Amino acid sequence: MTNLKGKNLISITDYTKEDYLTVLDLAEKFEKNPNQPILTDKVVGSLFFEPSTRTRLSFETAANRLGARVIGFSNPSATSLQKGESLHDTIKMVSSYTDIIVMRHHKDGASRYASEVSPVPLINAGDGANQHPTQCMLDLYSIRKTQGTLENLKIAMVGDLKYGRTVHSLVQAMSNFNAEFHFVSPKSLAMPDHVKDYARNAGLKYFEYDKLEDVVPFADIIYMTRIQKERFPDLLEYEKVKNAYIMTAATLKGCKENMKVLHPLPRVNEITMDVDKTPYAYYFQQAQNGMYVRQALIASILGYADKVK
Amino acid sequence: MTTNNKELVVEKIDNGTVIDHIPADKVFKIVRILGLEAYEDEILIGTNLCSKKYGKKGILKIKNKYFSQDEIDKIAIICPTATIIIIKNYEVEQKKHLEIPKHIHKIVKCINPNCITNVEEIETNFDVVNNDPIQIQCHYCEKTMEEIIFNE
Repeated sequence: MTNLKGKNLISITDYTKEDYLTVLDLAEKFEKNPNQPILTDKVVGSLFFEPSTRTRLSFETAANRLGARVIGFSNPSATSLQKGESLHDTIKMVSSYTDIIVMRHHKDGASRYASEVSPVPLINAGDGANQHPTQCMLDLYSIRKTQGTLENLKIAMVGDLKYGRTVHSLVQAMSNFNAEFHFVSPKSLAMPDHVKDYARNAGLKYFEYDKLEDVVPFADIIYMTRIQKERFPDLLEYEKVKNAYIMTAATLKGCKENMKVLHPLPRVNEITMDVDKTPYAYYFQQAQNGMYVRQALIASILGYADKVK
Repeated sequence: MTTNNKELVVEKIDNGTVIDHIPADKVFKIVRILGLEAYEDEILIGTNLCSKKYGKKGILKIKNKYFSQDEIDKIAIICPTATIIIIKNYEVEQKKHLEIPKHIHKIVKCINPNCITNVEEIETNFDVVNNDPIQIQCHYCEKTMEEIIFNE
């Protein structure tokens, strides 16, 4: 078990394999016993400069179940940012009121910068197209929970592998666990070289495919992603690939029994509703796991890990 | 032509800096990134000179000018093969072979328009992740880039 007290979480690579396992072990305790008011003397700053329902509610519920109070905003248009206040000054102010900050921002790198300005620790809840490390942590938790281990798994990733930040982080994190990666995407949305290099430098194998059906027979995890319209500079390019991968219950015929389908949500049309009824669908539980993981992160970064039962 | 005759192609300076072994196609880029267009003392510019190593090379002799480490880092990023020679009273006082720095602070701008460093007043920081071709990674937005744009 590592000591995460005061340690910012900005990028998934800020944490080590041992740090991941510390957080996951603690999250398991919260899953068994979610209401543990151990942070009644703490205030969490929740700064959402960009709208987000799932992540914000998950973080704020996590803080509430720990007994902490939450201040912040989910709509920056009603704050002094509207008057032109800099991120620097906003963070200086909020960090003087709070014990920890959770922040989402539309600019890439905003969370790293904020963590350098803030004297209190900061958790990145998504910075533009860059990182979303708590999503990655809950993905790790979901994989370990469904497979019983994180080691030696065959992980397939499907859809938008170019712009999808969750899959990039997941490759980086799973590179600590001897994973074998199977990337399924149209050529225009292929996994970027720097991510493939990361896997290669970790001594891991990866394979690339055009068809979802090719990975179904052997994958332990199929990680589906939404083709994100907002990330496309060219809408014509989006129209060409938007329906490239649609998973139905029939697609999963012949898959391994232990296989689970994950998705960071929200889904659009890439997983049809009939998949929800199969034993392979795990995306809703995956989202729920986010709360336990965020409880574990807030408690351990504030130095309260040993108080968790 | 002997080597000595070649050196005379560009006249000696009494005090200042010589930047030698610049690939010929980089000479004017170096002039630009060092802001030498606005320099008021003498500058001797030689380009397309014969070189055993490069075929053609360039040389800059800048009178009464000594460069800061930031400026030397800029030169190293554009042409790591260049040599910096410090001249005092017509004598070579110091000869420096350049090295690409491992970290680049302040002097380079991030090419990602959505990077926070292009919105707030932040001193940029990059890690050099590959030397040839040079690739740098922004400390903030984590984008890797080959195109280098210097801050004005």
